[in-house]
Amino acid sequence: MIRGRAIEKRYGRKRVLTGVDVAVPVGGFALVTGPNGSGKTTLLRMVAGLAAPSRGDLVVGADRSQVGYLAHEPLVYRELTALENLDLFGRLYRVPERRERIGMLLERFGLWDARSERVSAYSRGMTQRLALCRVLLHEPDLLVLDEPYSALDEDGAALLDRELDALAGARTLVVATHDPERLARLATQRVALA
Amino acid sequence: MTYLADVAALTRKDLRVELRGRDTLPAMLLFVLSTLVVFHFALPEGSGETAAYGLLWVAIVFTALLGLARAWVPEQEHRVLDGLVLAPCDRSAIWLGKTLATLVFLLAAQAVALPAFVLFFEPLDAAALGGVLLADVGICAVGSLMSAMAVAGRSREVLLPLLVLPLAIPLIVGGVGAAVSAEPERFLLFVLLYDAVFAVLSWASFEYVVTE
Repeated sequence: MIRGRAIEKRYGRKRVLTGVDVAVPVGGFALVTGPNGSGKTTLLRMVAGLAAPSRGDLVVGADRSQVGYLAHEPLVYRELTALENLDLFGRLYRVPERRERIGMLLERFGLWDARSERVSAYSRGMTQRLALCRVLLHEPDLLVLDEPYSALDEDGAALLDRELDALAGARTLVVATHDPERLARLATQRVALA
Repeated sequence: MTYLADVAALTRKDLRVELRGRDTLPAMLLFVLSTLVVFHFALPEGSGETAAYGLLWVAIVFTALLGLARAWVPEQEHRVLDGLVLAPCDRSAIWLGKTLATLVFLLAAQAVALPAFVLFFEPLDAAALGGVLLADVGICAVGSLMSAMAVAGRSREVLLPLLVLPLAIPLIVGGVGAAVSAEPERFLLFVLLYDAVFAVLSWASFEYVVTE
Protein backbone atom coordinates (compact mmCIF):
# COMPACT_ATOMS: atom_id res chain seq x y z
CA MET A 1 0.00 0.00 0.00
CA ILE A 2 2.79 2.46 0.94
CA ARG A 3 6.37 2.27 -0.22
CA GLY A 4 8.84 5.07 0.41
CA ARG A 5 12.60 5.11 -0.04
CA ALA A 6 15.11 7.71 1.12
CA ILE A 7 12.37 10.31 1.61
CA GLU A 8 13.64 13.79 2.26
CA LYS A 9 11.62 16.92 2.91
CA ARG A 10 12.91 20.47 3.03
CA TYR A 11 11.12 23.75 3.64
CA GLY A 12 13.49 26.32 2.20
CA ARG A 13 16.84 25.56 3.80
CA LYS A 14 15.33 23.71 6.72
CA ARG A 15 15.57 19.94 6.38
CA VAL A 16 12.59 18.33 8.14
CA LEU A 17 13.05 14.70 7.09
CA THR A 18 16.11 12.86 5.87
CA GLY A 19 16.51 9.35 4.49
CA VAL A 20 13.24 7.89 5.72
CA ASP A 21 12.20 4.47 4.44
CA VAL A 22 8.61 3.25 4.80
CA ALA A 23 6.96 0.03 3.69
CA VAL A 24 3.41 -0.72 4.78
CA PRO A 25 1.47 -3.55 3.12
CA VAL A 26 -2.29 -3.54 2.61
CA GLY A 27 -3.86 -4.14 6.02
CA GLY A 28 -0.66 -3.12 7.80
CA PHE A 29 -0.52 -0.88 10.88
CA ALA A 30 2.48 1.44 10.92
CA LEU A 31 3.34 3.26 14.11
CA VAL A 32 5.29 6.47 13.53
CA THR A 33 7.22 7.61 16.59
CA GLY A 34 9.75 10.28 17.37
CA PRO A 35 10.31 13.37 19.48
CA ASN A 36 8.72 16.75 18.77
CA GLY A 37 10.04 18.23 15.55
CA SER A 38 11.24 14.90 14.17
CA GLY A 39 8.95 15.17 11.13
CA LYS A 40 6.06 12.86 12.06
CA THR A 41 3.40 15.29 10.87
CA THR A 42 5.35 16.05 7.69
CA LEU A 43 5.63 12.34 6.88
CA LEU A 44 1.91 11.82 7.51
CA ARG A 45 1.01 14.81 5.32
CA MET A 46 3.05 13.27 2.52
CA VAL A 47 1.38 9.87 2.94
CA ALA A 48 -2.04 11.58 2.91
CA GLY A 49 -1.14 13.39 -0.31
CA LEU A 50 -0.98 16.92 1.10
CA ALA A 51 2.75 17.33 0.55
CA ALA A 52 5.35 15.91 -1.79
CA PRO A 53 8.86 14.72 -0.89
CA SER A 54 11.71 17.04 -1.86
CA ARG A 55 13.78 13.96 -2.67
CA GLY A 56 13.32 10.21 -2.68
CA ASP A 57 10.34 8.14 -3.74
CA LEU A 58 6.99 7.74 -2.08
CA VAL A 59 4.26 5.63 -3.64
CA VAL A 60 0.86 5.39 -1.96
CA GLY A 61 -1.53 2.87 -3.43
CA ALA A 62 -4.68 4.79 -2.61
CA ASP A 63 -6.33 7.73 -4.31
CA ARG A 64 -7.84 10.70 -2.49
CA SER A 65 -11.25 9.07 -2.11
CA GLN A 66 -9.67 6.18 -0.20
CA VAL A 67 -7.65 8.25 2.29
CA GLY A 68 -8.87 9.41 5.69
CA TYR A 69 -6.57 11.96 7.30
CA LEU A 70 -6.76 13.08 10.92
CA ALA A 71 -4.54 16.11 11.46
CA HIS A 72 -3.55 18.11 14.53
CA GLU A 73 -6.32 20.50 13.54
CA PRO A 74 -9.80 18.99 13.14
CA LEU A 75 -10.37 20.21 9.53
CA VAL A 76 -13.98 21.19 10.24
CA TYR A 77 -15.74 24.57 10.08
CA ARG A 78 -16.15 26.29 13.45
CA GLU A 79 -19.34 28.10 12.44
CA LEU A 80 -21.12 24.98 11.18
CA THR A 81 -22.74 22.29 13.29
CA ALA A 82 -21.47 18.72 13.43
CA LEU A 83 -24.31 17.64 11.14
CA GLU A 84 -23.58 20.39 8.60
CA ASN A 85 -19.85 19.65 8.58
CA LEU A 86 -20.33 15.93 8.06
CA ASP A 87 -23.04 16.51 5.46
CA LEU A 88 -20.68 18.75 3.46
CA PHE A 89 -17.81 16.25 3.57
CA GLY A 90 -20.23 13.38 2.93
CA ARG A 91 -21.36 15.09 -0.27
CA LEU A 92 -17.82 15.80 -1.42
CA TYR A 93 -16.77 12.20 -0.70
CA ARG A 94 -19.92 10.79 -2.40
CA VAL A 95 -20.87 8.80 0.69
CA PRO A 96 -23.83 6.55 -0.11
CA GLU A 97 -26.76 6.73 2.35
CA ARG A 98 -25.05 9.75 3.83
CA ARG A 99 -27.60 10.66 6.48
CA GLU A 100 -27.73 7.18 7.95
CA ARG A 101 -23.93 6.95 8.02
CA ILE A 102 -23.60 10.38 9.68
CA GLY A 103 -26.23 9.53 12.27
CA MET A 104 -24.54 6.22 13.06
CA LEU A 105 -21.11 7.85 13.50
CA LEU A 106 -22.41 10.70 15.66
CA GLU A 107 -24.21 8.18 17.84
CA ARG A 108 -21.13 5.97 18.09
CA PHE A 109 -18.85 8.87 19.04
CA GLY A 110 -21.29 10.32 21.58
CA LEU A 111 -22.07 13.49 19.65
CA TRP A 112 -25.67 12.86 18.66
CA ASP A 113 -27.13 15.12 21.34
CA ALA A 114 -24.74 17.92 20.29
CA ARG A 115 -25.26 17.38 16.55
CA SER A 116 -26.97 20.73 16.01
CA GLU A 117 -24.51 22.82 18.03
CA ARG A 118 -21.84 24.84 16.29
CA VAL A 119 -18.34 23.39 16.49
CA SER A 120 -17.17 26.68 18.04
CA ALA A 121 -19.18 25.69 21.13
CA TYR A 122 -17.55 22.25 21.35
CA SER A 123 -14.83 21.33 23.81
CA ARG A 124 -11.46 20.26 22.39
CA GLY A 125 -12.32 16.61 23.07
CA MET A 126 -15.70 16.85 21.32
CA THR A 127 -14.01 18.51 18.33
CA GLN A 128 -11.52 15.64 18.17
CA ARG A 129 -14.41 13.13 18.22
CA LEU A 130 -16.04 15.04 15.36
CA ALA A 131 -12.74 14.99 13.47
CA LEU A 132 -12.66 11.20 13.88
CA CYS A 133 -16.23 11.01 12.51
CA ARG A 134 -15.09 13.02 9.48
CA VAL A 135 -12.14 10.70 8.92
CA LEU A 136 -14.26 7.54 9.11
CA LEU A 137 -17.24 8.96 7.20
CA HIS A 138 -16.29 7.59 3.78
CA GLU A 139 -14.88 4.29 5.11
CA PRO A 140 -11.37 4.90 3.74
CA ASP A 141 -8.98 2.07 2.91
CA LEU A 142 -6.02 4.06 4.22
CA LEU A 143 -6.23 5.89 7.55
CA VAL A 144 -3.54 8.42 8.39
CA LEU A 145 -3.91 9.53 11.98
CA ASP A 146 -1.75 12.19 13.60
CA GLU A 147 -1.90 11.96 17.40
CA PRO A 148 -5.46 10.56 17.41
CA TYR A 149 -5.66 10.40 21.22
CA SER A 150 -4.94 14.09 21.56
CA ALA A 151 -7.56 15.87 23.74
CA LEU A 152 -9.68 12.75 24.21
CA ASP A 153 -10.87 11.94 27.72
CA GLU A 154 -10.75 8.36 29.08
CA ASP A 155 -14.08 7.42 27.49
CA GLY A 156 -13.04 8.88 24.18
CA ALA A 157 -9.68 7.12 24.26
CA ALA A 158 -11.36 3.80 25.09
CA LEU A 159 -13.78 4.37 22.21
CA LEU A 160 -10.88 5.05 19.85
CA ASP A 161 -9.13 1.89 21.11
CA ARG A 162 -12.18 -0.13 20.11
CA GLU A 163 -12.38 1.57 16.71
CA LEU A 164 -8.72 0.91 15.98
CA ASP A 165 -9.07 -2.72 17.15
CA ALA A 166 -11.89 -3.15 14.63
CA LEU A 167 -10.01 -1.39 11.83
CA ALA A 168 -6.61 -3.08 12.30
CA GLY A 169 -6.08 -5.71 9.66
CA ALA A 170 -9.14 -4.66 7.68
CA ARG A 171 -7.67 -1.27 6.69
CA THR A 172 -4.19 0.13 6.30
CA LEU A 173 -3.26 2.48 9.13
CA VAL A 174 -0.42 4.92 9.63
CA VAL A 175 -0.54 6.42 13.11
CA ALA A 176 1.81 8.97 14.68
CA THR A 177 1.82 8.95 18.45
CA HIS A 178 3.81 9.96 21.50
CA ASP A 179 2.35 6.96 23.32
CA PRO A 180 3.48 3.96 21.24
CA GLU A 181 2.84 1.48 24.05
CA ARG A 182 -0.89 2.05 23.77
CA LEU A 183 -0.91 0.82 20.17
CA ALA A 184 2.01 -1.61 20.30
CA ARG A 185 -0.34 -4.63 20.25
CA LEU A 186 -1.76 -3.55 16.87
CA ALA A 187 1.41 -2.36 15.12
CA THR A 188 2.87 -4.42 12.32
CA GLN A 189 5.50 -1.82 11.36
CA ARG A 190 7.35 0.88 13.22
CA VAL A 191 8.85 4.00 11.73
CA ALA A 192 11.11 5.68 14.26
CA LEU A 193 12.10 9.24 13.36
CA ALA A 194 15.03 10.91 15.06
CA MET B 1 -24.09 17.57 -12.56
CA THR B 2 -21.93 16.29 -9.71
CA TYR B 3 -19.53 19.19 -10.27
CA LEU B 4 -22.35 21.74 -10.05
CA ALA B 5 -23.75 20.00 -6.97
CA ASP B 6 -20.31 20.30 -5.31
CA VAL B 7 -20.12 23.99 -6.24
CA ALA B 8 -23.62 24.57 -4.88
CA ALA B 9 -22.79 22.77 -1.61
CA LEU B 10 -19.58 24.77 -1.17
CA THR B 11 -21.28 28.10 -1.96
CA ARG B 12 -24.13 27.30 0.43
CA LYS B 13 -21.59 26.47 3.10
CA ASP B 14 -19.86 29.85 2.66
CA LEU B 15 -23.14 31.75 2.85
CA ARG B 16 -24.13 29.81 5.96
CA VAL B 17 -20.76 30.45 7.64
CA GLU B 18 -21.12 34.18 6.91
CA LEU B 19 -24.72 34.31 8.14
CA ARG B 20 -23.58 32.75 11.41
CA GLY B 21 -20.28 34.58 11.87
CA ARG B 22 -21.23 37.92 10.28
CA ASP B 23 -17.54 38.64 9.83
CA THR B 24 -17.45 39.93 6.26
CA LEU B 25 -20.67 41.47 4.96
CA PRO B 26 -21.31 44.01 7.76
CA ALA B 27 -17.70 45.22 7.41
CA MET B 28 -18.11 45.56 3.63
CA LEU B 29 -21.39 47.47 4.00
CA LEU B 30 -20.02 49.85 6.60
CA PHE B 31 -16.86 50.44 4.61
CA VAL B 32 -18.54 51.18 1.29
CA LEU B 33 -21.15 53.45 2.83
CA SER B 34 -18.69 55.41 4.95
CA THR B 35 -16.33 55.74 1.98
CA LEU B 36 -19.10 57.19 -0.20
CA VAL B 37 -20.10 59.60 2.59
CA VAL B 38 -16.50 60.78 2.95
CA PHE B 39 -16.16 61.19 -0.82
CA HIS B 40 -19.44 63.12 -0.89
CA PHE B 41 -17.97 65.75 1.41
CA ALA B 42 -14.43 65.56 0.03
CA LEU B 43 -15.27 66.01 -3.66
CA PRO B 44 -15.44 69.72 -4.57
CA GLU B 45 -18.60 71.13 -6.13
CA GLY B 46 -18.69 70.79 -9.93
CA SER B 47 -16.05 68.10 -10.09
CA GLY B 48 -18.05 66.32 -12.74
CA GLU B 49 -19.31 62.83 -13.34
CA THR B 50 -15.95 61.37 -14.34
CA ALA B 51 -14.48 62.12 -10.92
CA ALA B 52 -17.60 60.74 -9.23
CA TYR B 53 -17.42 57.49 -11.20
CA GLY B 54 -13.73 57.22 -10.39
CA LEU B 55 -14.51 57.49 -6.70
CA LEU B 56 -17.26 54.88 -7.03
CA TRP B 57 -14.68 52.48 -8.41
CA VAL B 58 -12.26 53.22 -5.59
CA ALA B 59 -15.03 52.33 -3.15
CA ILE B 60 -15.98 49.17 -5.07
CA VAL B 61 -12.44 47.83 -5.42
CA PHE B 62 -11.50 48.39 -1.78
CA THR B 63 -14.81 46.95 -0.56
CA ALA B 64 -14.12 43.87 -2.66
CA LEU B 65 -10.61 43.67 -1.18
CA LEU B 66 -12.11 43.75 2.29
CA GLY B 67 -14.32 40.78 1.42
CA LEU B 68 -11.54 38.92 -0.35
CA ALA B 69 -9.16 39.35 2.59
CA ARG B 70 -11.59 37.35 4.73
CA ALA B 71 -12.70 34.93 2.02
CA TRP B 72 -10.48 32.01 3.04
CA VAL B 73 -10.31 32.72 6.77
CA PRO B 74 -12.93 30.04 7.65
CA GLU B 75 -10.80 27.53 5.71
CA GLN B 76 -7.65 28.73 7.48
CA GLU B 77 -9.18 28.18 10.92
CA HIS B 78 -8.87 24.49 11.80
CA ARG B 79 -7.04 24.07 8.45
CA VAL B 80 -10.26 23.05 6.72
CA LEU B 81 -8.69 23.72 3.34
CA ASP B 82 -6.60 20.56 3.80
CA GLY B 83 -9.83 18.62 4.26
CA LEU B 84 -11.36 20.14 1.12
CA VAL B 85 -8.21 19.54 -0.93
CA LEU B 86 -8.18 15.88 0.12
CA ALA B 87 -11.81 15.35 -0.90
CA PRO B 88 -12.19 13.55 -4.24
CA CYS B 89 -14.14 16.39 -5.85
CA ASP B 90 -12.65 18.53 -8.61
CA ARG B 91 -10.55 21.11 -6.74
CA SER B 92 -11.66 23.91 -9.04
CA ALA B 93 -15.12 23.49 -7.48
CA ILE B 94 -13.64 24.86 -4.24
CA TRP B 95 -12.51 28.00 -6.08
CA LEU B 96 -15.80 28.37 -7.94
CA GLY B 97 -17.82 27.99 -4.74
CA LYS B 98 -15.71 30.65 -3.05
CA THR B 99 -15.94 32.98 -6.06
CA LEU B 100 -19.74 32.72 -6.15
CA ALA B 101 -20.05 33.33 -2.41
CA THR B 102 -17.74 36.36 -2.59
CA LEU B 103 -19.77 37.64 -5.54
CA VAL B 104 -22.96 37.37 -3.49
CA PHE B 105 -21.37 39.40 -0.68
CA LEU B 106 -20.12 42.05 -3.12
CA LEU B 107 -23.52 42.30 -4.81
CA ALA B 108 -25.18 42.64 -1.41
CA ALA B 109 -22.81 45.49 -0.52
CA GLN B 110 -23.50 47.15 -3.86
CA ALA B 111 -27.26 46.81 -3.39
CA VAL B 112 -26.78 49.43 -0.68
CA ALA B 113 -23.80 51.29 -2.16
CA LEU B 114 -25.17 52.01 -5.65
CA PRO B 115 -28.40 53.69 -4.46
CA ALA B 116 -26.23 55.69 -2.04
CA PHE B 117 -23.99 56.72 -4.94
CA VAL B 118 -27.02 57.87 -6.94
CA LEU B 119 -28.22 59.81 -3.90
CA PHE B 120 -24.88 61.53 -3.25
CA PHE B 121 -23.43 61.92 -6.75
CA GLU B 122 -24.72 60.95 -10.21
CA PRO B 123 -27.43 58.76 -11.68
CA LEU B 124 -26.25 55.38 -13.01
CA ASP B 125 -27.40 54.34 -16.46
CA ALA B 126 -27.66 50.76 -17.73
CA ALA B 127 -24.13 50.82 -19.20
CA ALA B 128 -22.56 51.96 -15.92
CA LEU B 129 -24.51 49.33 -14.02
CA GLY B 130 -23.53 46.68 -16.56
CA GLY B 131 -19.88 47.68 -16.17
CA VAL B 132 -20.09 47.32 -12.39
CA LEU B 133 -21.77 43.90 -12.57
CA LEU B 134 -19.34 42.54 -15.16
CA ALA B 135 -16.35 43.87 -13.26
CA ASP B 136 -17.66 42.24 -10.06
CA VAL B 137 -17.35 38.86 -11.75
CA GLY B 138 -13.75 39.52 -12.75
CA ILE B 139 -12.75 40.92 -9.35
CA CYS B 140 -14.22 37.93 -7.52
CA ALA B 141 -12.78 35.36 -9.95
CA VAL B 142 -9.22 36.70 -9.84
CA GLY B 143 -9.50 37.86 -6.24
CA SER B 144 -10.55 34.44 -4.91
CA LEU B 145 -7.49 32.87 -6.47
CA MET B 146 -5.14 35.60 -5.21
CA SER B 147 -6.72 35.47 -1.77
CA ALA B 148 -6.09 31.71 -1.62
CA MET B 149 -2.44 32.46 -2.41
CA ALA B 150 -2.21 35.27 0.13
CA VAL B 151 -3.94 33.45 2.97
CA ALA B 152 -1.07 30.98 3.29
CA GLY B 153 1.29 33.82 4.22
CA ARG B 154 1.45 35.72 7.49
CA SER B 155 1.01 39.14 5.86
CA ARG B 156 -2.26 38.44 4.07
CA GLU B 157 -3.59 41.99 4.41
CA VAL B 158 -0.45 43.43 2.78
CA LEU B 159 -0.01 40.80 0.12
CA LEU B 160 -3.58 40.66 -1.16
CA PRO B 161 -3.81 44.27 -2.45
CA LEU B 162 -0.38 43.87 -4.04
CA LEU B 163 -1.64 40.84 -5.94
CA VAL B 164 -5.17 42.01 -6.78
CA LEU B 165 -4.87 45.73 -7.53
CA PRO B 166 -2.60 45.43 -10.61
CA LEU B 167 -4.93 42.77 -12.01
CA ALA B 168 -7.99 44.94 -11.28
CA ILE B 169 -6.73 47.93 -13.28
CA PRO B 170 -8.21 46.73 -16.62
CA LEU B 171 -11.56 46.21 -14.87
CA ILE B 172 -11.50 49.75 -13.48
CA VAL B 173 -10.60 51.14 -16.91
CA GLY B 174 -13.45 49.15 -18.47
CA GLY B 175 -15.94 50.00 -15.73
CA VAL B 176 -15.27 53.74 -15.77
CA GLY B 177 -15.15 53.70 -19.57
CA ALA B 178 -18.56 52.02 -19.75
CA ALA B 179 -19.99 54.74 -17.47
CA VAL B 180 -18.58 57.84 -19.22
CA SER B 181 -17.90 56.82 -22.82
CA ALA B 182 -20.20 57.57 -25.76
CA GLU B 183 -19.59 53.98 -26.89
CA PRO B 184 -19.95 51.92 -23.73
CA GLU B 185 -20.37 48.65 -25.68
CA ARG B 186 -16.63 48.55 -26.46
CA PHE B 187 -15.75 48.81 -22.77
CA LEU B 188 -18.39 46.30 -21.71
CA LEU B 189 -17.07 43.84 -24.28
CA PHE B 190 -13.55 44.42 -23.01
CA VAL B 191 -14.59 43.68 -19.40
CA LEU B 192 -16.54 40.62 -20.56
CA LEU B 193 -13.48 39.33 -22.37
CA TYR B 194 -11.33 39.97 -19.30
CA ASP B 195 -13.84 38.04 -17.16
CA ALA B 196 -13.82 35.08 -19.53
CA VAL B 197 -10.03 34.87 -19.85
CA PHE B 198 -9.20 35.38 -16.18
CA ALA B 199 -12.01 33.17 -14.92
CA VAL B 200 -10.71 30.30 -17.05
CA LEU B 201 -7.11 30.96 -15.94
CA SER B 202 -8.13 31.09 -12.27
CA TRP B 203 -10.31 27.99 -12.60
CA ALA B 204 -7.49 26.03 -14.21
CA SER B 205 -4.70 27.19 -11.89
CA PHE B 206 -6.44 26.90 -8.51
CA GLU B 207 -5.34 23.31 -8.03
CA TYR B 208 -1.69 24.36 -8.28
CA VAL B 209 -2.19 27.10 -5.70
CA VAL B 210 -3.54 24.78 -3.01
CA THR B 211 -1.33 21.75 -3.58
CA GLU B 212 2.43 21.21 -3.52
